Amino acid sequence: MLIGLFNDWIVVVLMMIGLYIVIAHGNLIKKLIGLTIFQTSVFIFYISMANVDGGTAPILADGINQYSNPLPHVLILTAIVVGIATTALGLSLVVRIKESYNSIEEEEIQQQDNDEQQTSRKAEEIL
Amino acid sequence: MDIVITICSGFLLLVGSFLCISGGIGLLRFPDFYTRMHAVGVTDTLGAGMILVGLMILSTDLLVFAKLVMVLLLTLLIGPTTSHVLAKAAFHNGLLPKDSNNLSQAKEKENTSSIL
Amino acid sequence: MIDIVLLTLLVVIAIAIIRMKDLFAAVMLAGIYGLLSASFFVAMDAVDVAFTEAAVGAGISTLLMLVVITMTGSKEKPTRHKPFSALFVVIITGGLLIYGTLDMPYFGSADAPIHNHTSPRYIKDSMQEIGIPNIVTSVLASYRAFDTFGEVVVIFTAGIGVLTLLSVARSKENDDKIEAINDSMHQQHLVIRIISKMLIPFIFLFALYVQFHGDFGPGGGFQAGVIFASAIILYTMLFGLSTARKVINQTFVQIIAALGVLLYGSVGIVSLMNGGNFLDYNVLSSNPITGQHLGILLIEWGVGCTVASVMVVIFFNFAGRRAFQQHKKKLQDKESSAC
Repeated sequence: MLIGLFNDWIVVVLMMIGLYIVIAHGNLIKKLIGLTIFQTSVFIFYISMANVDGGTAPILADGINQYSNPLPHVLILTAIVVGIATTALGLSLVVRIKESYNSIEEEEIQQQDNDEQQTSRKAEEIL
Repeated sequence: MDIVITICSGFLLLVGSFLCISGGIGLLRFPDFYTRMHAVGVTDTLGAGMILVGLMILSTDLLVFAKLVMVLLLTLLIGPTTSHVLAKAAFHNGLLPKDSNNLSQAKEKENTSSIL
Repeated sequence: MIDIVLLTLLVVIAIAIIRMKDLFAAVMLAGIYGLLSASFFVAMDAVDVAFTEAAVGAGISTLLMLVVITMTGSKEKPTRHKPFSALFVVIITGGLLIYGTLDMPYFGSADAPIHNHTSPRYIKDSMQEIGIPNIVTSVLASYRAFDTFGEVVVIFTAGIGVLTLLSVARSKENDDKIEAINDSMHQQHLVIRIISKMLIPFIFLFALYVQFHGDFGPGGGFQAGVIFASAIILYTMLFGLSTARKVINQTFVQIIAALGVLLYGSVGIVSLMNGGNFLDYNVLSSNPITGQHLGILLIEWGVGCTVASVMVVIFFNFAGRRAFQQHKKKLQDKESSAC
């Protein structure tokens, strides 16, 4: 059972490592890298499900009658490109956050927001 | 004839793999950035080249042979360029070779920027 | 055997990324992670996917993250509190997921449910219905063309998003100043400029080869678009953003991105006008097989155009934002030294 399910267990381990990086690290770019690790582990899951023992790549050729399943390949092809598009968008948001708050650490950004809220509330009380 | 081809290509593949492994060991054991990069640059290019020539001997189709020739040319072109660019970037950012006792001379060389 | 080794290496690299405090090293490790997963995909006989992952995950993704690190700083601050609650959540979720995988079919078994419903029809009927050897391209471009249309629109939307967030008003660049910068840089970067000038035409040629050969081997619109964009990005990195903008006008590239999506949609509309369903290629020509070939050619062309131009637009905007930040910083330093 270890050999049969090894791929799936490694996928779960990688997924959890990616999730841990997103939750536990404060740096925004580190979170994006963790998200990329998470995404790639899901790709590995689908592609290892598509593999068939004794099959080859799904390109029709003479003399071969067992092919790997092409449908997950199509889904993951789409997913990879969509993943890079969202990563690019996330990175541009990080650039703008850095310009506004001058920091990309989650705690410092939260601190600046709390201070601003406090000062605006005090200004309202005075008025 | 077949046995000669198999032995030749097997020998070339083994030599290429040994070169790549020795490049990896050099990466870990050499003391300084420049020596490490020299080890990896030389052995990676030559090792990949040997593996490609070994595969070329084994190929039966002219199309496969032509594609491997083009990949070999690209590897020989890009490998040394990458080492050069890495070394240049390191030197430009101030990383000096270890045990270079004449630091002022090195700084003067960089300022005249006659390095390619 | 080789996939077990590759998967173990992937876990090692992922753990190393957790422990890295230097963001530059973490981004490089993420690039290696992408390349190793591409090798894993080759070992799993998924050659199209491996091609895309190597081009996108190990190429463009690393590049964009490095550009952002130059703008935001490359050191990570250590967190003050211990992450015990995060570890607890992760371990519980991992345990539940592993319990869930105990029911999964074993790796490589040919009687798993995934292989027995729609895929046998695609494998059996692809040659006589569509007539191209690469089953992945026939499923992507013909059987599931509507999903691919949605994906192209997603890429286009990401390009629009980056344009909204990061574009700066461009002042008219002084031509003489650009020439002067170019000449002074030329002597410093002589070797790599000459080598890249020799290589860039071959990269373009390879991108076109991948685009049109996608019917017969691994390839297609996405990979070709990414390779095409990487040649333009190489030129931009070596010769400067202002020179690259003169060579490739950014407005032209944005128009090409929109034209790619429009081409894809028009193929669908023309199918509607000819009496078939949306994106039904059988009605595009008198012979259904010719219609399929024509339809696949046109939409792959649209996909390639959009992907290439959106990647170029994203890189131009990241680099332009960085130039803008440096320009603003220079003005601020001049002001503070004048006071």
